Amino acid sequence: MHSKSTHDIAAPFSRRGVLAATAGLMLGLASISGAKAADDTIKVGVLHSLSGTMAISETTLKDTILFLIDEQNKKGGVNGKKLEAVVVDPASNWPLFAEKARELITKDKVSVVFGCWTSVSRKSVLPVFKELNSILFYPVQYEGEESERNVFYTGAAPNQQAIPAVDYLMKDEKVKRWVLAGTDYVYPRTTNKILEAYLKSKGVAQEDIMINYTPFGHSDWQTIVADIKKFGSAGKKTAVVSTINGDANVPFYKELGNQGIKAKDIPVVAFSVGEEELAGIDTKPLLGHLAAWNYFQSIKSPENEKFIKAWQTYTKNPKRVTNDPMEAHVIGFDMWVKAVEKVKSTDPDKVIDALPGIEAKNLTGGTSKMLPNHHITKPVFIGEIKANGQFDVVWKTPGLVAGDAWSKELDGSKNLVGDWVGKKCGNFNTKTNKCLGSGS
Amino acid sequence: MPANLSARLCSLLLSLLLIAFALPAFAGPFEDAVAKFANDDYSDTEEAIGVVASSGNRLAFPIISALQDGRLMADPDSKKVYVTGADGKSIDAATGQAVASVPDSASAVRLNNRLRRSVDAAIGSLTLQSPDIGARLQAAQSVFKSHEETSLEAVDGALAKETNRSVKAALGDARAAILLFKSDATEVEKLEAVATIKARGDQEAMALLTGMGDQPASVTKAAASAIGSIQSSLAVWSMVQNAWYGLSLGSVLLLAAIGLAITFGVMGVINMAHGEMVMIGAYTTFVVQEVIRTRYPGLFDYSLLIAVPLAFLVAGALGVVIERSIIRFLYGRPLETLLATWGLSLVLQQAVRTMFGPTNREVGNPSWMSGAFELGQITITYNRLWILVFTLAVFAILLAMLRYTALGLEMRAVTQNRRMAASMGIATSRVDALTFGLGSGIAGIAGVALSQIDNVSPNLGQSYIIDSFMVVVFGGVGNLWGTLVGAFTLGIANKFLEPVAGAVLGKIAILVLIILFIQKRPRGLFALKGRAVEA
Repeated sequence: MHSKSTHDIAAPFSRRGVLAATAGLMLGLASISGAKAADDTIKVGVLHSLSGTMAISETTLKDTILFLIDEQNKKGGVNGKKLEAVVVDPASNWPLFAEKARELITKDKVSVVFGCWTSVSRKSVLPVFKELNSILFYPVQYEGEESERNVFYTGAAPNQQAIPAVDYLMKDEKVKRWVLAGTDYVYPRTTNKILEAYLKSKGVAQEDIMINYTPFGHSDWQTIVADIKKFGSAGKKTAVVSTINGDANVPFYKELGNQGIKAKDIPVVAFSVGEEELAGIDTKPLLGHLAAWNYFQSIKSPENEKFIKAWQTYTKNPKRVTNDPMEAHVIGFDMWVKAVEKVKSTDPDKVIDALPGIEAKNLTGGTSKMLPNHHITKPVFIGEIKANGQFDVVWKTPGLVAGDAWSKELDGSKNLVGDWVGKKCGNFNTKTNKCLGSGS
Repeated sequence: MPANLSARLCSLLLSLLLIAFALPAFAGPFEDAVAKFANDDYSDTEEAIGVVASSGNRLAFPIISALQDGRLMADPDSKKVYVTGADGKSIDAATGQAVASVPDSASAVRLNNRLRRSVDAAIGSLTLQSPDIGARLQAAQSVFKSHEETSLEAVDGALAKETNRSVKAALGDARAAILLFKSDATEVEKLEAVATIKARGDQEAMALLTGMGDQPASVTKAAASAIGSIQSSLAVWSMVQNAWYGLSLGSVLLLAAIGLAITFGVMGVINMAHGEMVMIGAYTTFVVQEVIRTRYPGLFDYSLLIAVPLAFLVAGALGVVIERSIIRFLYGRPLETLLATWGLSLVLQQAVRTMFGPTNREVGNPSWMSGAFELGQITITYNRLWILVFTLAVFAILLAMLRYTALGLEMRAVTQNRRMAASMGIATSRVDALTFGLGSGIAGIAGVALSQIDNVSPNLGQSYIIDSFMVVVFGGVGNLWGTLVGAFTLGIANKFLEPVAGAVLGKIAILVLIILFIQKRPRGLFALKGRAVEA
C-alpha cells in the first residue's frame, strides 16, 4: 500500500524514481517523494527497528501503524488530507534512533512520530523531539519516572502493570516470597526498585526478596532456575516476577519446564512476554504461568474481534497474533487523529495542548483517556498462558487505572507529578510547589 | 424369631442400599456442588472441588480428573455440567447418565493456579488406592505436597493396604508431612514425623521443616538439627550440581566453537560469519520440523536425527561457496578477511530475516529431549545431557577424521606447510574449500543442538561468536584438544562464579581472567610448537 502510493507521486522524477523502485528501496522512495507532496498529505513518521536485535518486536508495530494509516485513509484521511507513512529503520542502534528522528522531523517534515521500544532508544530521541518540537507516541510498557511535553506514553507505567500483578499474587495466590528476575538494563532495574519498595511497604521482609539480573540474551539458565527452586523451598509460597527481556525468555521458560517447576508450585508473572513472544515457544510446559498486560488477544469484545479480523485480513495471515503494544498504538493513533481533527491543524503546539482529555476506545471494551501527565488510563489484566499460546484472563482491575508518570513508591519521586495542562510542567513537586524543570 | 429378625434386617439393609444407590437422582449437597462448576467463578469452583472430592460419590474421581484435563464442560445457561471422556462420550456430571451430546454453549470449566493445587490434592486423596502403582505414587506425592489434615484418614487406610515399597515410603512421607502441620498431633508423633522428613533430605523436606510454624520446643529443636544436616548435605550436592552445570555450559561452548576451531584454528581465517553458520543449522532444523509437522507427524521424535546431516550439508555447502567466492582471495590478509566475513554475517542475518521473518521460530523438543531426572539431589535435564553426549561424539568423529582419513591427512599437510603439500601433488585450493566447508558444516550441526536450548532467530549466531573466539583463543589456536579443554574450563569456571557473583559479574570476571591469561600465555593453553607457528 505504502510503496504503491509513494510510487505514483515519485513518477515525475523518472530517473531517480525508477532507479530506486527497481532497487526496491522503499525508504529512499518515501523520502524522495516526501519533499514535493507536503500540501495534500499529512506525514506520519514510523521509527521502529526493522533490523537488528529489536526487529523481533518492533517490526509488528511498524506494520500496525501502516495498517492504521491504511484504515484511516479508507475513511477519508484526516481533515480532508490523506495520511502518508514515512518508514525509517533505526536498526536497533540507539544513536541511530536520534539521527533517524531528526531526519523524519527536519527532512521529511512529519507531523507526528510513532516509535521506539526500548527505554534507551526513547531516551536517545528525547532531546531531538524537544529541540525540534515534534510529537512522539511511545507504545511500550516502561519504567515510568518521566513526563515530557513532546512525548505521549500509551504503554503502561509501573502502576498499570507491575503493581497490580504483585497485588494479584499477594491476594489470590497468597505469595509470601518473591524473586524479582530481570535483564540488566534500565527498565527492569527501575521496576524492581519500585516493586521492592512496594513489597516492603506491604510488610515483606528483606530476606523474602531475591533480586537477580542477567545479561541480554542470556541462554544458560540452569544455575538461576536452580537458585529459584532453592529459594522457593523455604516453606513459604514463592513467585517469580519477571522483567526478563523478550529474547531471553524462551530459554528461561524451557529450563523452568525441564527442571519441573510448574506454575502451580512457583508461578512466574512476566511483564515482557506477550502473544508474539509465545509464538516461538512450545507452550505446554508454561501452562498457568502469568503475564500482566493491558490487553490480550483473547479478550472478548466487539472492538477487539473487529480489530483482529481487520488486522489478519490486512496482513493476509489468518494466524497473525495481536499484542499489547499494538493496542497502545491503536489508542495513540486514534487519540492523535482526534486531536488533529479537533484543532484542525497539525501544528505541534496546538496538538500537544489538545491531546490531554482526548478519549479513545481501547480494544477491551473501555474508553482510555489522555491525562495531563501524557500517560493514559488503562485496564490491567492478569492472564494465564494457555496451551495454544494465548492467555486466559484470570483477573482484572475493576476499572481503568490512571498511569502515574512518577512512582509513588520511590522516595525520590513520590511528591512529583506531571501536569502539562495546569502547571505546564513534567515534574512538579507538590511539596515545595516548584517545577524542577528539565534536566532532572 | 431370630430368623425373622435377621430377614427383616436384611431387607432393611437392602432397601437402604437401594436408596443409597438411587440417591444421585435427587438434588443433594453433591448435586448442588456440581452445579457450582457452571458459575464460572473461581471461589465457587474451589468450593465445589472440596465438596465433590469428599462426597464419596463414585462420580467424584471422573469429575475431578476431567476438571484437571479440561474435559469438564459447563453450560452457563442451564447450569448443567458434563464430563466428556477421551473417547468423545459424555455423561451428565450430576447423575452419571450418558448424554448424546454436550450443548454448544458449554465450555470447559476454567482453573487458575490456586485451583490447580486443590485439584491435585483432591486427585491425590481420591487415587491413593488406585490399582495402578504409578497413580498411587503420584497420589502420595501430591498429598505430601498439599499435606492437608483431611487426607490423613485416607493415607492411613492406604498405608495399611500398600505392598509396594516405594509407594509405601511416599505414603509414609505424606503421613509425616500431615502430622507436622496437624495442630492436635502428639509430640511423639511430631518427632517421628521430623525424623521421617529428615531422612528424605531434599529441598521439599527443607521447605516443610522451615515452614511448619509454632511447635513444642522439643519438635522445634529436632527440626532445627534436621534442617542443619539437610543443609550441609545439600551444600555438597550443590557443588556437584555446579560442576554438572559447568560441564553442560562447557559442552555448549565447545559445540559452538568446534567449527571455528577448524576455520580459524586450523586455517587461520578470522571468520566472523561463523555464528551465522550455526544459525543456518538451526533454521534447517526448523524447516525439517515444519515439513515433518505438516506431512509426517509420526516422525517428529526423529526430526533432529534427520536435521543433523541436512544441516551439515546446507551449512557445509554454503561454507564452500563462501570460501570459493570470497575468502580465497583474502588469504594472508586478516584485516580484510575480518571485515568481509563480518559484512557477510550481516548479509546472512538480514537474508534469513527477510525469508523467515524477524520473530523467533518454534523448534520443538522431541520427547526424549524434554524433562529431567533426579540423580541424588540434583536435577539433570535430558536436553543438556544429550547435548553433552552429542558434542563429545562430534568432537571424537572430527578428531578421527583428521587423524585417519585421506582428507584429514591432506588438511593437516596443507595447513602445516602449504608449498610442500602442493609440490607433493595435493590440490591445495580444493583442500582449502573442503576444510572451510567442514568447519562450516560442523557449525551447522551445532545449530541443530543449540536450537533445542536457545531462540531460533536471525540473531542466534551473534550470541555465540564472541564465546566461540574466546574458547578457541584460550584453548590455543590450531589445537582441537585445546578447544576441548578451554571450553570445559571456561564453562566450569563460569558456573562456579555465577552463584557467588551473579550472571552479569560472573561473565565479566571470566573475561578479565582471560585477558590476564592471554597476557601471560599469548598462544593459549596449548600452544603449537614448531614450524606451523611461523607459517
